[in-house]
Amino acid sequence: MTKTPDQNVQKTVKKLVLVVFAMFGFGFAMVPLYDVFCDITGLNGKTANTAAQVNDKGVDESRIVTVQFISHLSKGIPWQFEPMVREIKVHPGEMKLVKFYAKNESSKDIIGQAVPSVSPGQAALYFQKIECFCFNHQPLKAREDVEMALQFYVDPELPEHISTLTLSYTLYDVTESVES
Amino acid sequence: MTTDVIQDTDHQHDEHHDHKMTGLKRWLYTTNHKDIGSMYLWFSFIMFLVGGAMAMVIRAELFQPGLQIIEPDFFNQMTTVHGLIMVFGAIMPAFTGLANWMIPMMVGAPDMALPRLNNWSFWILPFAFSILLMSFFIGGGAPNFGWTFYAPLSTTYSNGSTAFFVFAVHIMGISSIMGAINIVVTIMNMRAPGMTYMKMPLFVWTFFITAYLLIAVMPVLAGTVTMVLTDTYFGTSFFDAAGGGDPVMFQHIFWFFGHPEVYIMILPAFGIVSTTIPAFSRKPLFGYSSMVYATASIAFLSFIVWAHHMFTTGMPLFGELFFMYCTMLIAVPTGVKVFNWVATMWRGAISFETPMLFSLAFVILFTIGGFSGLMLAMTPVDFQYHDTYFVVAHFHYVLVTGALFSIYAGAYYWLPKWTGYMYDDALSKWHFWCSLISVNLLFFPMHFLGLAGMPRRIPDYALQFADFNKWVSIGGFAFGLSQLIFLAVVIKCIKGGKKAEAKPWDGAEGLEWTVPSPAPYHTFEKPPKID
Ligand code: HEM
Ligand SMILES: [Cu+2]
Repeated sequence: MTKTPDQNVQKTVKKLVLVVFAMFGFGFAMVPLYDVFCDITGLNGKTANTAAQVNDKGVDESRIVTVQFISHLSKGIPWQFEPMVREIKVHPGEMKLVKFYAKNESSKDIIGQAVPSVSPGQAALYFQKIECFCFNHQPLKAREDVEMALQFYVDPELPEHISTLTLSYTLYDVTESVES
Repeated sequence: MTTDVIQDTDHQHDEHHDHKMTGLKRWLYTTNHKDIGSMYLWFSFIMFLVGGAMAMVIRAELFQPGLQIIEPDFFNQMTTVHGLIMVFGAIMPAFTGLANWMIPMMVGAPDMALPRLNNWSFWILPFAFSILLMSFFIGGGAPNFGWTFYAPLSTTYSNGSTAFFVFAVHIMGISSIMGAINIVVTIMNMRAPGMTYMKMPLFVWTFFITAYLLIAVMPVLAGTVTMVLTDTYFGTSFFDAAGGGDPVMFQHIFWFFGHPEVYIMILPAFGIVSTTIPAFSRKPLFGYSSMVYATASIAFLSFIVWAHHMFTTGMPLFGELFFMYCTMLIAVPTGVKVFNWVATMWRGAISFETPMLFSLAFVILFTIGGFSGLMLAMTPVDFQYHDTYFVVAHFHYVLVTGALFSIYAGAYYWLPKWTGYMYDDALSKWHFWCSLISVNLLFFPMHFLGLAGMPRRIPDYALQFADFNKWVSIGGFAFGLSQLIFLAVVIKCIKGGKKAEAKPWDGAEGLEWTVPSPAPYHTFEKPPKID
């Protein structure tokens, strides 16, 4: 049985509308895909947001890697937030503890959240945090201050060509979204 | 005798049916592809003037260093809305207008496959742009985050215009998608018997492929603006690092749409000049099937090059190399096209009517835009050129002297068919030469400004850029004024002139020239015979 032209038109339209919806969905699917892709490859410099295993690959004393710390305040958060050491040298595999200082300089209680990012992005997978203030929210009462700990090691499998890592923290005010 | 009479009344009845509605109602309710095509073309020209007026404001502010006329925030609104209007309001609807007018006639169909949908796709457009323009008068002003609406500029730091922007883009997107579905369905189902795919004019092919691109990427744009909307107003964090999102991901999703979008604006242009160049060279198009394959491969490649807009976001080396080589690969099918156009002209009996002049200018100037594109595609140098006037020069060469010039070529080529009269030749030549000179004065020095480091989207600049900017602005005003000549030509041509024959160009090919000029309201109600 041959189809009438109208039936053909309807069939084509249906297929195309399906494609439209599929592509709309694909736009959203790119969000989790992007996250998975970046988790596997570490391409966007995001580090894991859960504690890493303690190093069991030994310490590579033959290499020295420089780790730098920087901090940013996102717009509108009235805190002081700084690394207490700006730069340290470590052997890959060696465990280190550094501290960050934060002070709420306003007269309001505020909940902060630090978001880490490693540059070069490729190194993100090799920056292992055992303990980090960025795993949790950090509430500070008005004028309260705190020293926050970061315990980490650099994975001995860090690619040879990387000799300096920069760890950047951006501090956000998440008071509203936590409370609501 | 009796049969004659009956036929006559039948005929009168038909006529009556056609023109039943008059005035505004005719245009509101029309489902005729020619009416809708005309409305698209007029609408796009009006939008072109509105967007052009904004460009004049931009160039007036940049005439001298320092802040003279407008506030920086308003400057940002001007660049943003200028970009949005030119892309979505001028170039794209103009192409859809040409598609509506010409595709049914070229494939020998009586109308588009879905005439009522066609009416809708057009009539929602004025609403979209009213919403966009309304934002100027409300609250914090119009969108000021660039036509690329990067998060967090459009989310966290929005001036309150994000909702207007998002709804406007949604409506434009729906309009484009409906228009594209109509084009695909028409081409797949309404071709006259004997019109096989490889017999279709290249014009039809390019619109066919463009429509597929639209169907594939406009929904992604809709998704992107939806995420921006919910990030701004409903507390999601797709692009908000504080909530675990990633602003760089915005750029990936946006440019996944954005790069195919630039080909949506150029493939139809390829189709137009592939029609006009053979007509005025009096030779068939050289390498028809290679043109079809080149178009298809450009469309395919356009999906895997998006990150060339993001070289400076800190991609890993492998990513930079991948996107660099893929981008350069696009130059191959593009080169095939340019080669074919030149080969078509080679030893042809060329004459220089206005459509041909615009087509020739297209080939040369679009190629310049392609070359600057190749320079931008080289990752290491893009670190220097990115976000400078070099990029502005690049995309204006491909869009203004590329897409827009091709639209002019098409408009002059088919004006006799649309209006039934020949346009005023002398006036049209004025339009061409004034445009050609001023457009190069406007955009060519921008290359040097960019190489010297002048950043784009900034209302002020360092003193050493002053001379060039003055010339650029003068070119800009001259180009803006020159476009009014086109308006004069069109109005004059609608009102009258030398009667056009059915086929006013002796080298023209195609079914549209087999019907009288002006094309009757209904054409090919009985499919033509194709051999
Ligand atoms: C040979 C072909 C082309 C190549 C290799 C190419 C390459 C590029 C590259 C690398 C950029 C990014 C520059 C930067 O931001 O640093 C760019 C920007 C751009 N290109 Fe092209 N391009 C080509 C053709 C086209 C065509 C045909 C169009 C449109 C008709 C187009 C429109 C644009 C636009 C609008 C932008 C700027 C987007 C923005 O940032 O606002 N390009 N091009
Ligand atoms: Cu691109």
